[in-house]
Amino acid sequence: MLKFISHNFDGMNGIEIYPIISLLLFFIVFVTMLIIVIKMPKNRIDELSQLPLDNDTNSKENNHE
Amino acid sequence: MEKEQFYYDNKIVKMFLWATILWGIVGMLVGLTVALLFIYPGLLEFAGSGDAISWLSFGRLRPLHTNAVIFAFVGNGIFLGVYYSTQRLLKARMFNEVLSRIHFWGWQAIIVAAAITLPLGLTSSKEYAELEWPIDIAVVVIWVVFGINLIGTILKRRQRHIYVAIWFYIATLVTIAVLYIFNNLEMPVSAFKSYSVYSGVQDALVQWWYGHNAVAFFLTTPVLGLMYYFVPKVANRPVYSYRLSIIHFWTLIFLYIWAGPHHLLYTALPEWAQNLGTVFSIMLIFPSWGGMINGLLTLRGAWDKVRENPVLKFFVVAITGYGMATFEGPMLSFKNVNAIGHYTDWIVGHVHIGALAWNGFMVAGIVYWLAEKLWKTELYSKKLANTHFWLGTLGILFYAIPLYVAGFTQAFMWKQFNPDGTLVYGNFLETVTQILPMYMMRAIGGTLYLTGFILLAINVIKTARAGSPVEDELAEAAPLKKISGQRIAGEGWHTWLERRTVLFTILTTIAILIGGLVELVPLMLVKSNVPTIASVKPYTPLELEGRDIYIREGCNNCHSQMIRPFRSEVERYGEYSKAGEFVYDFPFLWGSRRTGPDVHRVGGKYNDNWHFNHMSDPRSTSPGSIMPRYSWLIKNDMNASNLESKMKGLVTLGVPYTAEEITGAKQKLMEQAKLIEGNLRQDPEFVKNYGSSNIQNKEIVALIAYLQRLGTDIKANTKTALKNN
Repeated sequence: MLKFISHNFDGMNGIEIYPIISLLLFFIVFVTMLIIVIKMPKNRIDELSQLPLDNDTNSKENNHE
Repeated sequence: MEKEQFYYDNKIVKMFLWATILWGIVGMLVGLTVALLFIYPGLLEFAGSGDAISWLSFGRLRPLHTNAVIFAFVGNGIFLGVYYSTQRLLKARMFNEVLSRIHFWGWQAIIVAAAITLPLGLTSSKEYAELEWPIDIAVVVIWVVFGINLIGTILKRRQRHIYVAIWFYIATLVTIAVLYIFNNLEMPVSAFKSYSVYSGVQDALVQWWYGHNAVAFFLTTPVLGLMYYFVPKVANRPVYSYRLSIIHFWTLIFLYIWAGPHHLLYTALPEWAQNLGTVFSIMLIFPSWGGMINGLLTLRGAWDKVRENPVLKFFVVAITGYGMATFEGPMLSFKNVNAIGHYTDWIVGHVHIGALAWNGFMVAGIVYWLAEKLWKTELYSKKLANTHFWLGTLGILFYAIPLYVAGFTQAFMWKQFNPDGTLVYGNFLETVTQILPMYMMRAIGGTLYLTGFILLAINVIKTARAGSPVEDELAEAAPLKKISGQRIAGEGWHTWLERRTVLFTILTTIAILIGGLVELVPLMLVKSNVPTIASVKPYTPLELEGRDIYIREGCNNCHSQMIRPFRSEVERYGEYSKAGEFVYDFPFLWGSRRTGPDVHRVGGKYNDNWHFNHMSDPRSTSPGSIMPRYSWLIKNDMNASNLESKMKGLVTLGVPYTAEEITGAKQKLMEQAKLIEGNLRQDPEFVKNYGSSNIQNKEIVALIAYLQRLGTDIKANTKTALKNN
């Protein structure tokens, strides 16, 4: 079934570069995420981690607006 | 802002809870049954009848066990936790009642359909994706229903920010959809028979890309989501590090999707794909252990509670099990370690640490905790729950440790040479009988675990009777104010992202697609990745029918068709397997466990009579064998009525059958069957017992034809074949 599209790629040069590109991509995304996460303010983090605990009928108003 | 009153739907949670308990018992019972078949292969033949029962044979029950445990037990357990936690984390009732009910009953119907079709031998043979195409379609429909319900709830939430548990649910939703659809692309040839659109190496890669990520995104990410909700909830303290949970999430979903090829190390899969799998599998240890540490350290300063609270005990062992399994996984992905572990019971032990400890105990903890919440009462008996905990923990140890011993023992026996260069254990069977005591211990471990789980069922039933059900639980929260989709002043990037559900889902999808695409696309599309071998020809009509019987009986559950390029394997089985040999294998049948020997080069190794006698009673040719008897293959007439549509289907997929070959297929089939019957009749013993019956019309003949063909394409002239490789 894939033969209908696959011939387009038969002669594709340098397809080996794909894994390297994605490894780089992962690295960049990972470092960016790390920086963003580390820079998140402490009070914000605390507030977020309280989410599962803050609930049920008598919960306090959640004021993230 | 004014608060709104609304109700949480507890009824749906309760429905999933009962389903989890029911299917848990069923799945484990089938597991115990197949474990006993290793020791007593004739257990389900029921003395006196003389015939073995096809739908109770190991090859058909093993997929039933795996599917029941993964999709029925853990599946319902996940939905139970997801439906409870999602509503509370988002401060909203589930999006749509009807969708919830369709999801529940649809999922149960799929399970029942699987429980009927798998024993009937209706299977696609691909592990954890065995269900045939009509059921596959139903799975996709129900999954979409679940998706709409989940995303719908997120969109009508009253809580601006989406807690990390929900991200894991979203990742599960998206990834399972992608994986399931791509792995199950099939060409239907009749109401319950289809062929995978991929063949050989490509099919193997897609299957293990799916298979590994079924573990990742069905047994891991949703359960991590549950961990991030229920562990803080039960311990009544926030997660150890929310920052770590964000890193955990993105790293885990990005890395996991690449790891599939570690199931195919040293196979005919191209080297670059194997190495990618290894590298990413090893990297996976970091997010996995990040998650484990995050879960365990949530209990810091609360360890006294663990002593008191059985729920936390279950969680601690579950998370420890997760840590063990995710340490073992990367280790097993090193090629030199994999060379030992692959095809042995080590893998079976490894997955059961995941299933029994991580999944089973996580679900058990949640069920106990929710029983109190859902019926607004105390648990019927804490003591019983503690007993369950100890029985379960012992069960896990009794299950896993013997299998590790069995795995190492067998692997080293396979590889041991005499000084003169011959194999010490040339007879595969010797390596099986050696580990039978380990199988006995494994069955004891399974019994302990199942007993514990039955105590859970009793405990929950008693709790439910004593309490009063709260079907709709009142809650109140303020609705969300509309704010700009843009980032607002002072808002962090990730904080912003967390409230943009759709964007978040798209980014998650991109993260999981990259790995899949990079691995799959080149292999699918670049011809040079699978070198062709001129002497490899499509199966004859009779062999094709035989191959379908091989699939129906689930032979691939115990026999591999993939000889690795090791001295010990080449010595035992013959020339190692080449990628080009599998181009007409729709689907591939490489297998993942060698309970019996590899059969890739079995063609021509024994005569037709040996196969006939071996199928009729394996112990007549191989004393001590634990293979089931396949007596029905000798009694049942071969049904070749779909032969033409099968061949036409394969032509569409790229097998070069000519029009004449298809029209003359039945004729050719009969000719080859006659030949085999002729061979069989050379044995006077056969003539004495079966001389009067028309064996050429029986299924056994097709199976013999297929087995005798296996691996012979390059046997005749290995040197010329290799030149083309």
